[in-house]
Amino acid sequence: MKIRIKFRKYGEMKFIGHLDMMRYFQKAMRRAGIDICYSEGFSPHMIMSFASPLGVGLTSDGEYLDIEVGETLSSAESVKRLNAVMAEGVEVVSFRKIPEGKASNAMALLAAADYMVRFREGMEPAAGWEGMFDAFCTQSRILVVKKTKKGEREIDIRPLLYQAVRREDGVFFQLAAKSSENLKPELVMEAFGIYAGITFLEYAFMIHRLELYADTGTEGERKLTALEDLGEEIQWNKTEDF
Amino acid sequence: MNDVKQLTKRMITMRKLALDDRILLKIEKPARYIGNEINAVYKDKSSIDIRFCMCFPDLYEIGMSHLGIQILYDMFNRREDVWCERVYSPWVDLDGILREQRIPLFALESQDPVKDFDFLGITLQYEMCYTNVLQILDLSGIPLLAENRSEEDPLVIGGGPCACNPEPLADFFDLFYVGEGETSYDALLDLYKEHKRAGGTRKAFLVQAAGIPGIYVPSLYQITYHADGTIASRKPQSPQVPQKVKRQAVPELADAVYPDKPLVPFIKITQDRVVLEIQRGCIRGCRFCQAGMLYRPTRERKLSMLKDSARKMLTATGHEEISLSSLSSSDYSGLPELVTYLMETFRERGVNISLPSLRIDAFSLDVMSKIQDIRKSSLTFAPEAGSQRLRDVINKGLTEEVILEGAGEAFQGGWNKVKLYFMLGLPTEQEEDEKYIAWLADKIARRYYEIPKDQRNGKCQITVSTSFFVPKPFTPFQWAPMCTKEEFLDKAHTVNQEIKEQLNRKSIKYNWHEADVTVLEGVLARGDRRLSQVLLRAYEKGCLFDSWTECFDNERWMEAFQETGTDLLFYTTRIRGKDEIFPWDFIDSGVTRQFLYREWERAMEGIVTPNCRRQCQGCGANAYNSGVCLEQRMGHEKETKRETV
Repeated sequence: MKIRIKFRKYGEMKFIGHLDMMRYFQKAMRRAGIDICYSEGFSPHMIMSFASPLGVGLTSDGEYLDIEVGETLSSAESVKRLNAVMAEGVEVVSFRKIPEGKASNAMALLAAADYMVRFREGMEPAAGWEGMFDAFCTQSRILVVKKTKKGEREIDIRPLLYQAVRREDGVFFQLAAKSSENLKPELVMEAFGIYAGITFLEYAFMIHRLELYADTGTEGERKLTALEDLGEEIQWNKTEDF
Repeated sequence: MNDVKQLTKRMITMRKLALDDRILLKIEKPARYIGNEINAVYKDKSSIDIRFCMCFPDLYEIGMSHLGIQILYDMFNRREDVWCERVYSPWVDLDGILREQRIPLFALESQDPVKDFDFLGITLQYEMCYTNVLQILDLSGIPLLAENRSEEDPLVIGGGPCACNPEPLADFFDLFYVGEGETSYDALLDLYKEHKRAGGTRKAFLVQAAGIPGIYVPSLYQITYHADGTIASRKPQSPQVPQKVKRQAVPELADAVYPDKPLVPFIKITQDRVVLEIQRGCIRGCRFCQAGMLYRPTRERKLSMLKDSARKMLTATGHEEISLSSLSSSDYSGLPELVTYLMETFRERGVNISLPSLRIDAFSLDVMSKIQDIRKSSLTFAPEAGSQRLRDVINKGLTEEVILEGAGEAFQGGWNKVKLYFMLGLPTEQEEDEKYIAWLADKIARRYYEIPKDQRNGKCQITVSTSFFVPKPFTPFQWAPMCTKEEFLDKAHTVNQEIKEQLNRKSIKYNWHEADVTVLEGVLARGDRRLSQVLLRAYEKGCLFDSWTECFDNERWMEAFQETGTDLLFYTTRIRGKDEIFPWDFIDSGVTRQFLYREWERAMEGIVTPNCRRQCQGCGANAYNSGVCLEQRMGHEKETKRETV
C-alpha cells in the first residue's frame, strides 16, 4: 500500500539538510513502528521518496514523502505515533493512502510550490521597494541569467512565476516546480533586486515553503491540487482496539 | 511519558540558539551545534542542583560516536539533581568565528555558556586531542591553568583511558577521574552538592574530593626531579590526600546500568549505529596493549540483559545497524547465542548486524556469510608482528598456521579480500621480523591461488597496514624505548621493498601511518607534568585538531619543544630503569608493577604467557574481586556459571 506523509519543518530543523532528513525519517519510521517495506538484496533499503528537497535554511508547512507499507493503522493513529517520535521542529500533518503505481509518486506529480519570502530583521530593503515590486511583477518577460554546466544562459522566468503577491509580512510566490521547469524563490528575488537596483545582503531572506501541488488540470489549463489531497484518509479499524 | 515529552518540547522551543542564523548558515554542518537530537535530555534549570557539561574534545561526528559518553550522559541524567549536557570541539570554521565575535562556547542542550556550569568533564581518549582540550577551555573563557581559576569557574575534570597518565595535562585540570565512571561519580556529585549548599571554597572541595576513590587532584601533589630529569619524589601536599589513587572498575558489570535511549544525531557520524557493550577487559594479555592491561579483570555482561538492551535501544533510536563492542569479542562466552539471536530477531526488520573482528573459525564464517555480502566484505587478521618470534615477544597468540587455515577456509567460502594489521618498532624487532610481514602476506595470497581458477572469485586483495608502536603506561612495555621518526620510516620502507619482491606483489597493497604524530603520541603517553608547558606553547602557536592530517603541523610542535627547552627524546628513546619512578606510578591500576616487569622480562626472553582463562598469572587484578578472576577460583563450577550467564 502506498502512503503519502505530509509534514512541517520549522525552527532549528531548518539547519538539517535533505539527505539528513531522509535518514531522519528512516529512523523515525522504525521508532514509530511503521510497517514499511524494504527493497530486495543484501542491503535492503526502505521504500521511501521525497517530493522535493528543501534547502538548508528553509522552513516549510508542506513537505511530502511517499512510502510503501505492508499493514497500517488508521491515518489518525499513524500520525499520532509518528509525532510521538519526532524531534522538535518536525511535525507530521497527514498520513494518507494514495493510488498504486509509479504515476502517483509525489516526485513525478510535483508541478508547483507556494512560498513566503520574508526579510530578516534589519535586512529589509529601503522603503519604496513595494511599488517597484508591483511594477516588476507586471512585466511580460523577466529575463535572468542562469548559470549552467555549459556556461551562462538567459532565460525568461515569467512563465514559471504563477503568482506573486505582496503581503503584510513579505512576499507570496506560487512557482513552477516541475523537474524540467523549476523556479526557486531566491532567483525571483535576485531578479527583482537587479530590476529595482537593490542589493540584498547575504541571508537577507527567510524563505518558508507553504505547499506543494500536482497539476490535475487538462491540457493547457492548469489546476493545482495540493499533493495531500490526492490521498485518502485511512479510517479506524478493529486491529487498533488494544 | 507524554507530559515529559511536552515539557521537553517546550523547553527546546523556549531556548534560544547561541549562534545566530547567519553564522549557522555560513559554517559547515550547522547540525553539529544545535542539539535537539532524538533522546537528548532537557531539564528545568531551576529545579536541578548540578549542571555538568560533558565534553569530547574532537569533532561532533567523532565525539557522538563514543560509547562512554553515552553511558555517563545517561547515568548522570538519571539523577534528578543533575542535568548533564554535551559539548564537542568546534571545527576550525566556527572556532574562528567564536574568537572573532567573542561568543563563549556553549553546551548543546541549553545553549548556555560552558562557563556557567558547575563541572566541565572532558574525556581523554587519545593523546593527540590534548590541544583541543585547551581550545575548549579557551573558547569557554575558563582560564587554561587550573591555578588561575576562580570560585566562579567550573571544576574541570578529566577522565577516560588517557587519565591513567594524566600528568602532561596536570596544569589544566582541577581533578581527574581515574578508571570506569560508573563507580565514584555519585559520591563526587553528592559531595559537590553538599559543598555548594554549604558555600565552601574550591580548594576545600578539591581536598575533600581527593579522598574519594579514583579521584586525583594534581595540584595537591608536589613532584621533585633528579638531575637526569627522572622523578625523585612525589608528595601529597596535605595529610588528607592519599599517596595512591585507585583506578576504578565496576565490580558487577553483568547487569550494570546501560543506556536504553542513546542519542540519535541528525548528521551522519562515525559510528551511526546502536553499540552494545558485551564485555569489558580482555583475557589475552598482549604486552603492548594498554586496554588489555587497564580494563582487567575481564567482565562479561549478562546475555539476557544484552538481548533486552538491544531491543530497547533499537526501538528508541530507529537505527538500522547494531554493533557489538568489546576487546577480543570471540572470548565472550555467549557470543554464538547472542549473534544468532540478533540475526533471527532483527534482520527481517531491516537491521544490519555489524560484527567486531572475530577469530576466523567455522562459526564466524557461517555468521559472516549470512549477514554480509561475501564479494564486498573482507577478513581481518591482526597478527601485529610478522614473525612468530616477535609475536611471542608481544604475547600475541595468533600463529601463522591459524591465519593460513582461517584464510584458506574463507577463500573456499568465496571471500577474496584480507586485511592484515601489524605494528612496526616493537621491542627486539629486527629487519627480518619486518620482512616476515611481506612473506606472510604472500603466503596468504599463495593459499588463495591454490584454489582452482574456475572455483575462485578473480584476484585476491590483501591489504597490509602497519602502525608504529607506542609504549604505553601500565603495560609490560612501559619500560621499552621507542623508535625515532627516521627509524620508523626505515622500517616501513623495508616492508614496502620486501612486498615488492614477492611473487604475489600485485595482490598486496601496503599502507603505513605517519611517523610524526606517532612520536608525539609517544611523548605525551609517557610524559610528566613538565609537558603541560609544551602543550600550552603548541596551542598558542596554533596547534589544534592534531589527529586530523589536514590540521596537524609537526613543525609548530617541534618549535614548542625547542622554545620550552624540552628534550623530546627523554620521553621516547630513553632506556628506563627497572625502578625508575614513572609519572603514572601513583595510580594503583590493580595490575601490579611486579607483574608488568615480569612480563617485560618474559618478553625479552620470548616466552609466551597463557591467557587468564587458561591460567591465572597473579597480575593483581583479582583485587577487584570480579569477572574472570572469580571464574577461575570457582574451578569446575566455571562451566555451570557460564551456561547461566
